[in-house]
This record gives sequence, structure tokens and C-alpha cells, in this order.
Amino acid sequence: MALADKYKALTDAATAAGIADLAVREQDGVLYIDGTAADGATKDHLWEVYNQIDPNFTSGDLVLNVNVAIDAAVTHAKVITESSNLNIRKGPGTDQPIVGKAAHGEVITLVNRSNDLWWLVRTNDGEEGYCYAQYLEAQS
Amino acid sequence: MKTTKLLMSMVIATTLFFVGCKPKDAAIQAAIQAKEAAGITVAVTKGEVTLTGEVDDEATKAKAAEIAKAEKGVKSVINNLTVKPTDVPVVIAEDPTLIKNVADATKDFPTVKAEVKDGVVLLTGEIKKASLITLMQHLSALKPKKIDNKLTVK
Repeated sequence: MALADKYKALTDAATAAGIADLAVREQDGVLYIDGTAADGATKDHLWEVYNQIDPNFTSGDLVLNVNVAIDAAVTHAKVITESSNLNIRKGPGTDQPIVGKAAHGEVITLVNRSNDLWWLVRTNDGEEGYCYAQYLEAQS
Repeated sequence: MKTTKLLMSMVIATTLFFVGCKPKDAAIQAAIQAKEAAGITVAVTKGEVTLTGEVDDEATKAKAAEIAKAEKGVKSVINNLTVKPTDVPVVIAEDPTLIKNVADATKDFPTVKAEVKDGVVLLTGEIKKASLITLMQHLSALKPKKIDNKLTVK
């Protein structure tokens, strides 16, 4: 378990941060770390630790899949693109036609989160469609 | 005299009563222990059985308690067996799903080229350092087998 040693600081940080359902396994030369973080800051912290151990993530020996837990009661999300507008599409996929846009920093309504990657949203103008979930931050 | 005899017999009876429990418990313990799987420890006190140790699954845990309950002279069973935690298997996305999701995830990174083969995501091209962490976070959520990052970081 050489990889477990290499990334010990990361798994220790994950344990210390109280990551839920934390699972660490090595398979075919890759270490898989899965779990759920309480918030985005915790997730980002783990990625910083990862970046310190493996600068620029060039080793290809770790898949860090830590998602942020979202309260079922959450109904709104903020658009967290770098600066651009976020496309709202007819269906879940970039091959789907764009039906609207949400501005960077805008808070929109969450309709359905049953798809992990694409959330169904509604803008304040009433446009409804799917947005890439990685560019949305649930508002508590 | 009569009183002394009576007292004596009472003392003997009481002694027998208390001592009597011990061999009985020991016999029950031995009988159950012989029937239980390895790794299970059986303790018996006044007919009350306590099971401790670690077993592979819930079914084994339940069966161990049944074995103990079925033994003659057992009054109750405290099942303190623990079930070994199983490792969550590594889930790797199928290529068609992964290809579609990688295309979605890399769409906003026009300088990045991504290829998917047998679950491995090969990244070539260039990227800004600030965007790299975002891209890696997006890709890691797609359940790839591996992310082969050959990007030039600007």
C-alpha cells in the first residue's frame, strides 16, 4: 500500500475533516478516495492537500471523488462560473439545445437534483432547464 | 440438636445451590462454544449468554444467537457480535457514459483536449493553473478509472 502512504496526509485530512462515508481503496495502481464533505471549503481544502502531495496532479495515481453534501431542504443555488454566464439546456448534456442563461453570481431556483451532474433549475425570468451542477453552489 | 441439623442442612443446600450454577454455566459455555464459528467468544453467567467477536455478515451474527438460544439451560442471549465493515467497491463508469460526461466537463476549457479509453481520461493541451483544480474536480466526479494528466500548466 505504497499509495496509501504517499497520500496519508490527504486521508488524514479527510478523516480530520469528518468526511462522511469515507472510502479509501487501492486498485490497479490507483488510489480511490470517495466521500461526502460537509461544505465546499472542506472539499477545496482536501484538493489543496492533494495538490501539495502531487503538484499539478500529474501522477495519475489518485481519483479524489469528494462531493459536497446538500441539505434536501435547499431550494436555491448560486451560479459559480469563473465569470461567464451559465447555459441552461433543454436536457442533461452539452449536446442539448440552450434554452436560457443564468448570470455569474445569480441565485436561481433548484427544481430537481436527481441527476448528480445536471440539475434542473428555474431562473427568476421563469426559464427552466438543466445546468451543469459543478457551476452551481447550493445556498443554505 | 434439631435446630443445628436444620441449620447445617440449610447451609449445605445453599452452598450446593450457589456452587451448582458454576458447572452448569461452564457446561453450557463449552457446548455453545463448540457449535459457534471461529472468532466468536461465548461467555455464560447464570444461564445468560454473551456473544462477542467479529463476524463477516449480519446473517452469521443472527445464526450465532440462534445457536446459543437453542442450547438447553440458556435463559437469554446478549448478542454483542460486530459485523466486519465491508469495503465499498470502486465504481468505474462505462466508456460511453464517461465520454459524454468528460465532453460536458471539458467544454468550458477550450485549450484542453480529452480522450477516453477503457475508463482512462487522457488530458493534453494547456491550462491555466487556476483552472486546473476546477477541471480535475469536475473530472474526478465522473468515476474515471484514472486521469492521465499531460496538460501543460501555464
